[in-house]
Amino acid sequence: MRHFIRSAAVAIAMATASTFTLSAAIAADLSGAGSTFIYPVFAKWADTYKKDTGVGLNYQSIGSGGGIKQVIAKTVTFGATDKPMSDADLEKNGLVQFPMVMGGIVPIVNLTGVKPGELVLDGKTIAQIYLGAITTWDDAAIKALNPSLKLPSTAIAVVHRSDGSGTTFNFTNYLVKLSPDWKDKVGSDTAVEWPTGVGAKGSEGVANTVKQTDGGIGYVEYAYAKQNNLSYSKMLNAAGKVVEPSLESFGAAASNADFKTAKNFNVIITNEPGDTTWPIAASTWVLIHKAPDDAAATGEALKFFAWAYKDGKETAKALDYVSIPDSVVDLIKASWKADIQAGGKPVYAGE
Amino acid sequence: MSAVQEALPAVRGSRDATVRRFALTDSIFHGMTRAAAILVLVLLGGVAISLVAGSWQALSTFGFSFLTSESWNPVTEKFGALAPIYGTIITSAIAILIAVPLGIGIAIFLTELCPRPLRRPIGMAVELLAGIPSIIYGIWGLFVLAPFLQTTVQPFIINVFHGVPGLNGLFAGPPYGIGLLTSAMILAIMILPFITSITKDVFDTVPSVLKESAYGIGCTTWEVTRRVVIPYTRIGIMGGVMLALGRALGETMAVTFVIGNAHRISTSLFAPATTISATIANEFTEAVGDLYTSSLVALGLILFVITFLILAIARYMLMRIDARTGA
Repeated sequence: MRHFIRSAAVAIAMATASTFTLSAAIAADLSGAGSTFIYPVFAKWADTYKKDTGVGLNYQSIGSGGGIKQVIAKTVTFGATDKPMSDADLEKNGLVQFPMVMGGIVPIVNLTGVKPGELVLDGKTIAQIYLGAITTWDDAAIKALNPSLKLPSTAIAVVHRSDGSGTTFNFTNYLVKLSPDWKDKVGSDTAVEWPTGVGAKGSEGVANTVKQTDGGIGYVEYAYAKQNNLSYSKMLNAAGKVVEPSLESFGAAASNADFKTAKNFNVIITNEPGDTTWPIAASTWVLIHKAPDDAAATGEALKFFAWAYKDGKETAKALDYVSIPDSVVDLIKASWKADIQAGGKPVYAGE
Repeated sequence: MSAVQEALPAVRGSRDATVRRFALTDSIFHGMTRAAAILVLVLLGGVAISLVAGSWQALSTFGFSFLTSESWNPVTEKFGALAPIYGTIITSAIAILIAVPLGIGIAIFLTELCPRPLRRPIGMAVELLAGIPSIIYGIWGLFVLAPFLQTTVQPFIINVFHGVPGLNGLFAGPPYGIGLLTSAMILAIMILPFITSITKDVFDTVPSVLKESAYGIGCTTWEVTRRVVIPYTRIGIMGGVMLALGRALGETMAVTFVIGNAHRISTSLFAPATTISATIANEFTEAVGDLYTSSLVALGLILFVITFLILAIARYMLMRIDARTGA
């Protein structure tokens, strides 16, 4: 028994020693959580950044709601959300927010015999589908938008997010603008009361469920649709033109975003005007504490973001994300210097 | 004066000291075990109190309508627990319907009919089912069982009952593959070992005299099982079922994977739904706002109460069977 206790004590001592060395190794890593919308590009950036600098990023894509919660609780250095925080909430929690990247949300469908980009949908019809008013794929409203397609009579299997999600916020924000019905019955937020359909966790979950379900429809950030070879649909935009999801159409939507005059960079870019504009575009914002407990970690995070704005452009483009224009990046960096301080000095020293 | 007589008082003195020491260790031992037992009660009370405190805001805002409203709307902050309560009870009930006949059947086979060499492997296999972590059941359900149901079983059933009034509502599409029935099936597999092992144990409490007398007057195995064994152990079996039900009500991870996470009450067994524990697991990390969080804690309180009642009933029934056998 005594022998056992001694060996247990040794084991515990060794375990604690190893955690100490481990935590020393982890301390160099950045920690963040939130948006699944931005996850594909964050993952790619982090990969390159680690090779360049040796600093890794531990980012958990748990949904925007979770990111906001965790950054407020200070369990992570930064949060990422596709629903901008209100001025009052930022003030209350001592946070700053700035846009990291922009991109497009695309409807994905799983229809036998319909190839990616063949189907055309508009906001009204999607709202009716998500309200449960349109239940089969050969409904007159869908046929009217797709006169040349052979649509099956398959039942529509609606897929939405089960977790709090900024993608949901932008998607429902768009539906509210297009459908009075949706505005009255459901509204827009990171989590809403869905009238119909099945909930899946994360963008990965939505992509997977649609992939598995004949007649399925969902909505994800474009990178997920491409990576999973999912049938995305084209959209009818505010100008009444049919547009493909692409870097150009997302860029056209993003070019409408006037970050310069918006307080706290709070700009929503759904249903923007323009012939080539993709109607469901979105930005992801990073949330970070103004007076961080761990100034070093925050400084490292800001360094990574500065690197991403400058050297991450190609990566973002390859994944069809729209980078934040340089003029806006200058504004963001100025706000870092002004707002994020430790001991009376700005945490981010600049290039 | 002999040497023995001289030594006596010394012996007596050391004896008294020993007795005192024994009495002391005994009372320390007694105190420690009692403290451990009381700790359980304190913990339980603490959990109950913190659940009530945490859910107070939701309960005072919504009152009784929290139990009767189906709305779960984070936008307008209107929360009602009816859909998750419904999902919890229906999935558990169907799981019991599937698992009880299966479990009792296995137990009868193992105790009465199984050839000796087979008895251990089958028994072990059933016990092993209990050892599989629930997350594994969840992943298996999502990637193996759900697609299988979706492509073969569900479309078939939907077509068969398509024109039958009453049943067509129970088996209405579209076939998502995940939903109430899929969750119930996973739960059934998960609680099977509980029912089987408890049933087996209570079957072993039947006095052999009773069984042998029945065989002696010419009863068949079926008659012995039906007329002697099951009536004798009825309460114990019920206790086992209740224990399994308690397990099914609280299962979280496996159900979250395959229930479909939709806050709705629908008549169709193929429809996505949600349970109390799945809702909490899904939404607690990102519930923004006090009322939302409080409503989730209130859901937890409801589950706590339901499970507590079920387990109390189960314990009571198992106690009665123990009392009868004098164990």
